[in-house]
Amino acid sequence: MPERVLMEGSAAIVEAAVQAGCRFYAGYPITPSTEILELMSVRMPQVGGTCMNAESEIEAIGMVWGAAGCGVRSMIASTGQGISLMQESFAELANAQIPIVAVNMCRGQGDYFQATRGGGHGDYRFIVLAPSTAQEAADLTQLAFHLADKWRNPVMIMGDFLLSHTSEMVSFAAPALAELPPKEWAVTGAKGRRGITLSPLGPSEKLSTDVAAALANVTAKHSAIVSEEVRVEHGFLEDAELVVVAFGFPGRFVKYAVRLARERGLRVGYVRPISLWPFPRHAVASAAATARAVAVFELNAGQMIEDVQLSVLGRVPVVAIGGISHDHSGFGVGPLLNVEHILKRIGQVYSGKEDP
Amino acid sequence: MSAVTGSGERGLRKVFEKPDLLLSAEHSLCPGCGEPVALRVILEAVQELGLRERTICVAGIGCYTAFPMIMDVDVMQALHGRAPSVATGVKRVRPDAFVFTMQGDGDMISEGLQEVLHAAARGERITAIVFNNAVFGETGGHMTAATVLGQHTKTSVGGRDRERHGNPIRISELVAQLDGAAYVARSAVHTPSAIKLTEQYLRDAFQCQLEGRGFSLLEILTMCPTDWFVTPAQGPAFLAERIEPTFPLGIIKS
Repeated sequence: MPERVLMEGSAAIVEAAVQAGCRFYAGYPITPSTEILELMSVRMPQVGGTCMNAESEIEAIGMVWGAAGCGVRSMIASTGQGISLMQESFAELANAQIPIVAVNMCRGQGDYFQATRGGGHGDYRFIVLAPSTAQEAADLTQLAFHLADKWRNPVMIMGDFLLSHTSEMVSFAAPALAELPPKEWAVTGAKGRRGITLSPLGPSEKLSTDVAAALANVTAKHSAIVSEEVRVEHGFLEDAELVVVAFGFPGRFVKYAVRLARERGLRVGYVRPISLWPFPRHAVASAAATARAVAVFELNAGQMIEDVQLSVLGRVPVVAIGGISHDHSGFGVGPLLNVEHILKRIGQVYSGKEDP
Repeated sequence: MSAVTGSGERGLRKVFEKPDLLLSAEHSLCPGCGEPVALRVILEAVQELGLRERTICVAGIGCYTAFPMIMDVDVMQALHGRAPSVATGVKRVRPDAFVFTMQGDGDMISEGLQEVLHAAARGERITAIVFNNAVFGETGGHMTAATVLGQHTKTSVGGRDRERHGNPIRISELVAQLDGAAYVARSAVHTPSAIKLTEQYLRDAFQCQLEGRGFSLLEILTMCPTDWFVTPAQGPAFLAERIEPTFPLGIIKS
């Protein structure tokens, strides 16, 4: 049994990244992601890696681009505002098929659209994973590096202030992940071969001009990712009349509230999407198939609810029971993230007192 | 830029040919453009210094973005303005690589000014090359941060005016002030002697990187007759008379 260590979610992500072979990190301080930069500045040199305290988020993602393009596992972290600054590079990293892991320690959950739709241009997608505990953050970080390399596509870890700063017991078992092929696409210097161009604009072969084929090649894998990489947790669905959907750290609160609702005799179940893209459409749809209603708890004005609606396709009412929730800090820790409050909202929807 | 050869019968000898690292003698840029000349000089230097297999070029966005396709070295294509940070990531994980960037004045001095200044201040062991033609060539002739006073562009109609448009930035002088910058020079490609100067400065800049002395920058003034609204034949004279006075040639820091 691997040793269990008490650490914050940020530290769990850093250690998992180190164990996954991450050897380059660049970042710019911003709450609540700053601890990742602080820890990386200590850990990277210890393992022969490099941590850059970049002069801006835009330069940070450029540095990560360069390192990852050389085939080195590389990571960046920020919060929504800083992630916004990186969007041009995010879009083009996907087009250049350069695998990186990006962590967004959001303020609240207002960056769901940004993460799943992307703030950048073009037809790109990020695989987005939303851990709800420090342990899951460690596990998903290891997985994220694997998926990024497997698909040659960026992967985002989406957390929040509470995930970043809550200390929990974490262990680091080496995950059983399939062997991946060598990164023959990486830029290494043209030793014994013709040069290559690693570019978001077109093909890597010299003298080739087939831009359309290169870009089609990037998006062709999206359907394969949708069919292979959905991850979801659910519970109490067998006879559930109400299904509650929630992701990330607040997903734990919902899970607990649903358990309390069950103790009070309410037939309530939950679905917690772990991959936000690809979204677990089938899991939500099949849970909704036998329910009277679906409630969505998210700490924003209503973002994931659109994916839930697209999954349910009008079969049952979909009700928002979350909302924007902040204290004076603005970092997304507010009064709505409260089990009693969630339980009350579940009860209202369950009893039909909430008009959908 | 096809090879100039003579007939052996008449005792002529080959005096010029494209470097092997140039995969095609054709380029897709305008007649009279200075950038293909600069590219040829760069690839000759890489070849002569035996750096091909260590080279990673990071290219910006401009007319010269057509070059990576015909350069037989590894190239990472960066976004507009971002080549210095991308090159930083490359060099930090591949310290034995020979890393140079190719940017234009729009890319480096307008869009990405912060990038080049920070990379220079950090003393990144990379060589930044900027093709300065004092205009956004690829978009069709718009004012950059290096457009000289009085220069007519589509967004400084009638000439760049100090009051209305502000002043041009001399990037080499700016970078030279930074402690991490070890070598800074400005050359041009409008005359044979200027091209010789470019060859010499380029070797100095590359040597600076190879010796690990710090950041090196070579600013190469290039002709853009299309967006200077002159004929290709008038390009070199326009550079000498209108552009060079704002950007004097020479070694600025060594």
